[in-house]
Amino acid sequence: MAAAFSRGRGNPAVTDRLRARPMNIVVCVKRVPATDSKIKVAANGVSIDPTGVEYVLNPYDEFAVEEALKLKEAAGTGSVTVVTLGSAESQKILRDTLAMGADQAVLLRDGGTAHDAYSTAECLAAHIKTVPHDVVLVGKQAVDTDNGQLGPRLAGLLGLPCITEVLKLTLADGRFTAERDIEGAREVVTCGLPAVITTQKGLNTPRYANLKGIMAAKKKPLQEIDAAAVTPATTVTSLAMPPERPPGKVLGEGAAAVTALVDALRNEAKVL
Amino acid sequence: MSNIVVVAEARGGKVKRPSLEAVGAAVELATSASAKVVVVVVGNDLAPAVEELKTSGAHRVVAIESPAFTNYSGDGYAKALMEVIPGLDAAAILMPHSAMGKDLMPRVAALLGAGMVSDAIALHFEGGRFGATKPVYAGKAYQKAMADKSPFLATLRPNNFEAKPGSGSAEVETKAPSFGADQLAAIVTEVVAAAGDRVPLQEAKVVVAGGRGLKAPEHFHLVEDLAKAFGPGKAAVGASRAVVDAGWRPHREQVGQTGKVVAPTLYIAAGISGAIQHLAGMRTARCIVAINKDPEAPIFKVADYGIVGDVFEVLPALTKAIEAATKH
Repeated sequence: MAAAFSRGRGNPAVTDRLRARPMNIVVCVKRVPATDSKIKVAANGVSIDPTGVEYVLNPYDEFAVEEALKLKEAAGTGSVTVVTLGSAESQKILRDTLAMGADQAVLLRDGGTAHDAYSTAECLAAHIKTVPHDVVLVGKQAVDTDNGQLGPRLAGLLGLPCITEVLKLTLADGRFTAERDIEGAREVVTCGLPAVITTQKGLNTPRYANLKGIMAAKKKPLQEIDAAAVTPATTVTSLAMPPERPPGKVLGEGAAAVTALVDALRNEAKVL
Repeated sequence: MSNIVVVAEARGGKVKRPSLEAVGAAVELATSASAKVVVVVVGNDLAPAVEELKTSGAHRVVAIESPAFTNYSGDGYAKALMEVIPGLDAAAILMPHSAMGKDLMPRVAALLGAGMVSDAIALHFEGGRFGATKPVYAGKAYQKAMADKSPFLATLRPNNFEAKPGSGSAEVETKAPSFGADQLAAIVTEVVAAAGDRVPLQEAKVVVAGGRGLKAPEHFHLVEDLAKAFGPGKAAVGASRAVVDAGWRPHREQVGQTGKVVAPTLYIAAGISGAIQHLAGMRTARCIVAINKDPEAPIFKVADYGIVGDVFEVLPALTKAIEAATKH
């Protein structure tokens, strides 16, 4: 009986909801160095030396892809399109998202431009405007530049509401209700569709691609088009290693060292 | 003459400290750029906040007040700012890198067609251009970027710039937005305060963080007890990624890449080995203390003071000593 009810047979309200329009979702992703990478500055002094660095799908984007797949599954119909701005090197992370279950991928070729947050958002928004989008999902930040600007920027350019750093997302009666952490509190935010949502760790557990998914991904469409020509608004003038911390001292072993520690914190570091 | 605009954050009638730090940073930047500082604040019942901002060092305070802004709305606040900012001749626009700043400023930057640096730790004015330095790769490197067009926007890392409260006397202007609550798309319907007097991790003067060395989630009270010993509202509890991934602690406590980046006055790492992702999140703390039974643990390389030992022995002793030290 429960199964029949959940399929909506004989219940007009539920049947109506099942006939809801397809859920077309766009997910923006980025190729970034894995978080355990050692970062070295390249000879040009403005970018990293890619030697020995493993590049992966931005960890926060995994939550965005997973949430997109869940939203589409709940709607029963629709599509998940994954978009990135980059070079041919980004094909791999797009295939990874197709293997997870995304339907199609788009690589906006950057033509070697060193895009900043401004021009990245302009390029992606220009493309998103041309495709159906009930929801745009973005990781809350990319773990390379750590800017976290893309979601709210896209929302501004597309004229959509935006909820950032979402930890819990529910969709009911055509509205999102989301929870997010702010300083010392949790905020509950609601908005209608279409909307931009940025995803925080804790929202879901991204699925692993299985062998079937990986095989299927090879046949799924991966479109390559030239990104809109947009000039960045900022230029990186230097990349440097953070200042080294002066060597510290081990004050001793076990609880016996506590007195020396409190003394050092009070009289030497002056932090008590 | 152009202006440096600061978007201040008022919650519950109070100006949060990172906003006063942003005004302090703006005053310094304005001196080198021969500009003036204008503070803009959006909200409802702003009188107490405006009073505080009058003596923050700014030359002018513009309050955009409406009952529609009782709760935060990213699109609503951005729309309100866009009714005011274009008339302010802004060369640079600053806001704290807070939950609100992170949500609001990129939207304003997009609407202005402007460049922006998030989480800035230093601001620059060189050869007529504004710019900022920020940690990238969670602090494994520092990136400096300069603006090629105006205005330039930045959100500023809390605990990093100096606030100068009690200085100057700004002229005040109060404006109403041209629109009402029915124009807002995303609305905060509820703010659930965290239980107890928990200090937000990124605003805490002291962070006590625990890792796998605590062996089980039920031992984390040793970390909590030490945090409490610093007195109410002073210290926050942090955690390593390993214990968050293991489900011992909530993600909001995770320090490091894919967690929070903190810069407290004092950071105590207990039973944390110091994986590269963790170090990235806390290496800018003013003073770092490491407690670990493995003398070879990488955490000792960044620590100012280390104790080699068992956290089950050292933490209770340190808690007692800090309790005694903070009493007088």
